[in-house]
Amino acid sequence: MKKNNFKISIIISLMVLLSHCDSNISNSSGALDFDRSEQVYVPPGEYDSYYAFLSGGFSGQLSVYGLPSGRLLKIIPVFSVDAEKGYGFNEETKPLLNTSFGSIPWGDSHHPDISQTNGELDGRWIYINENNTPRIAKIDLSLFETTEIIEIPNTAGNHSSSYVTENTEYVIAGTRFSIPVPQKDIPINQYEGNFKGALSFLKVNSDNGEMNLSFQILMPGFNYDKAHPGRGPSHGWFFYTTYNTEEAYSLQEVNSSQNDKDYIAAVNWKKAEKYINEGNYKTIKTNYAHNIYNEETQTGETKWIKEVRVLDPSNCPGLVYFLPTPKSPHGCDVDPSGEYIVGSGKLSANVTVHSFSKMIDAIKQKKFSGEAYGIPILSFDAVHVGTVKQAGLGPLHTEFDNLGNAYTSFFISSEVVKWKLGTWEVIDRKPTFYSVGHLMIPGGNSRKPFGEYALAMNKITKDRYLPTGPEVTQSAQLYNIKGDKMKLLLDFPTVGEPHYAAAIPAGLIKDKSKKLYKLEENFHEYVSHSGLETKVVRNGQDVHVYMTTIRSHFTPDNIEGIKVGDKVYFHVTNLEQDYDVPHGFAIIGANTSEILIMPGQTETIIWEPKKVGVWPFYCSDFCSALHQEMQGYVRVSPKNSNIELSWSLDN
Amino acid sequence: MILSNDKNELGKMLMIIASILPLAVFIFPLWNVTLEAPQYPTPLGLNIHINDFTDMNPHDIKNINLLNHYIGMKYIPDSIPEFKIFPAGIIITSLLGFFIALRNSYIYFLLWCLLMISLSTLGIIDFYLWEYDFGHNLDSKAILKFLDDNGNMISFQPPMIGSKNILNFRAHSYPRLGSYFLASGIFFSLIAYFVSRKYYVKR
Repeated sequence: MKKNNFKISIIISLMVLLSHCDSNISNSSGALDFDRSEQVYVPPGEYDSYYAFLSGGFSGQLSVYGLPSGRLLKIIPVFSVDAEKGYGFNEETKPLLNTSFGSIPWGDSHHPDISQTNGELDGRWIYINENNTPRIAKIDLSLFETTEIIEIPNTAGNHSSSYVTENTEYVIAGTRFSIPVPQKDIPINQYEGNFKGALSFLKVNSDNGEMNLSFQILMPGFNYDKAHPGRGPSHGWFFYTTYNTEEAYSLQEVNSSQNDKDYIAAVNWKKAEKYINEGNYKTIKTNYAHNIYNEETQTGETKWIKEVRVLDPSNCPGLVYFLPTPKSPHGCDVDPSGEYIVGSGKLSANVTVHSFSKMIDAIKQKKFSGEAYGIPILSFDAVHVGTVKQAGLGPLHTEFDNLGNAYTSFFISSEVVKWKLGTWEVIDRKPTFYSVGHLMIPGGNSRKPFGEYALAMNKITKDRYLPTGPEVTQSAQLYNIKGDKMKLLLDFPTVGEPHYAAAIPAGLIKDKSKKLYKLEENFHEYVSHSGLETKVVRNGQDVHVYMTTIRSHFTPDNIEGIKVGDKVYFHVTNLEQDYDVPHGFAIIGANTSEILIMPGQTETIIWEPKKVGVWPFYCSDFCSALHQEMQGYVRVSPKNSNIELSWSLDN
Repeated sequence: MILSNDKNELGKMLMIIASILPLAVFIFPLWNVTLEAPQYPTPLGLNIHINDFTDMNPHDIKNINLLNHYIGMKYIPDSIPEFKIFPAGIIITSLLGFFIALRNSYIYFLLWCLLMISLSTLGIIDFYLWEYDFGHNLDSKAILKFLDDNGNMISFQPPMIGSKNILNFRAHSYPRLGSYFLASGIFFSLIAYFVSRKYYVKR
């Protein structure tokens, strides 16, 4: 009897347990997931509402996602070669990767920023910095292609870059590592006082977005980490976080973390322009590459620039002030009103906020607490306006919505914290999975944020996805931020390691996106506007093949008279004038890559045949029903043969 | 029946068991400290044995040390003097308990029990002192320094027993099987004492 009772009670308790599980699924997580999936679901054939541009970090590229779906739309090659697209392999894009160190096949892309007019995103260009070999690139948002890369001299670790001012007057760059300027051979332990941190101001041509390094400010040898422009009342100023004000040069993880406060450097760039106009600058010798992709010739060109104008802040009163900011601040973010400058002390639990208007008063009233290398240090209390206390651990970066809220990422405690500007109270916090670096709100770095979504970019994913060996993806997480409480909607893998992103409502750019290159506007040096213009020309060992593609053949498709040791340039023009009909060109044994030629475009790839024989080439982009027939042959003869060049189609 | 209590066989046997049980600390860990955080879906754990520190999962100690260096905490040493003293103490007291059992003198059962309680208490105090030292004697050049309202550096002492939040981690510190064996040894010796006392007093 007793035993039976026992059995019965077990059965009952199991039933209770099971029914509990059941109700959990249907009531909480099920409904929530349905709600979430509805918010990120973009039905087949429909468009996302935002373009999001995520830097690739060590991938060196810029990836384009649709939000809210998190669908990857394109990877734009910027600083790293991309054999898929022929980027850095074809003759047209090779010049873009030139630097004073030679051609560099890889880069570390960090902080994309979209051009602005009157403090609002205008969606014309996006700028992005390369950290390792200091460069800034411009991507044209009608082409979604890299159209300019400029090297930044006197800089190492181009990290506090590439932010634009509110009318895209300037794109700025700042050095993370200070170095001797100009470079020289000195002992590393002579760091203090001898190493300088260059802050660069690149003037932007408002017609075509082209950058020109206007001047540099040679700052003390600190590390310049992040930056943001002033806007509204603070337009005309730029703010940079610094760390390593200790000027340590070894075991920086400890030795750069000793000062209780480092600085936010406030730079008055309008005053800098004045000093430049007055001639209060020095010109120093340098050598750097300025690479521009010419849309008419569809070809990149490198210009070498030999000097740069520099300002010494100790000779330029009113140019730079230091705002003491606790704990090796990383993010330096200015709110949409332009009044608050938020410093995220990455080794603390607090977020420090300075006031621009207090700063201006403090400067007027000379409320200084000291100076560093001739630069006045403003008194902390005179500029500090509020602290978000114990908000989390390891604040990194802050973005803003359009309702006066700020969102700070906390790396160590792995969360996003929403707080109120002005009251500094924490409104909400949500975990990230895991270890969030930067956040992005579309338009968050402008006067007009679109406070609908926040995107957290996570450094670590561990168990979040199916495992893929020791190397697992980084991730982005999309939060709905429309209500008081943030809601995690989506978690998607990223390309490389996004360090920052920029997003823009799709409507602002999608209709400007080019569908093709007009053939009649193609002024490439080696263009063939029709099959009739195709030819093969020998110039010593260089052979230039003027070739065209159209569904579904190459013209010419048979070439004879090529010899071992020749350098064959295939200049392939895609004659198509229809949307989304690219052709590829791939040839056996090419030590370069394929090329993908868009309609109306000409691209050039080099082939250096090493073996005698008859070798095929083909279209590598499935273009039509007869794609498999789209091929040709090159006859390669011995080096000393006398076979004349000949080429044909359908003989 | 073998354990007929004619010659206090039961008390003797209980005491033999009591003296053997503590030897399990050579097989099982005494204590465990576990650190949980969101970015550690598999928590990090340190097992404390009578003669060694071991990883709960592979490389945990190395990873705990890496975390500790941010707050200026010393590295968990490979070895400490206690790893020589404590095993000897266990072996000696076990042997002692065994001989006492053979002598079958119940007052010694109680003395052994008290001896073991005192030694265990000393062990726990020693553990606390280690934790205190690790939590308080932080490198003044630590990367992450947090000050309290009086400007003193905040300490990061793990709990001795129980759970506690330390920065972004939840730290758990609890006894493990080895300690339970040791405690049962002590408990058995106490039972052995009562059983034997009852037997001898009756006689």
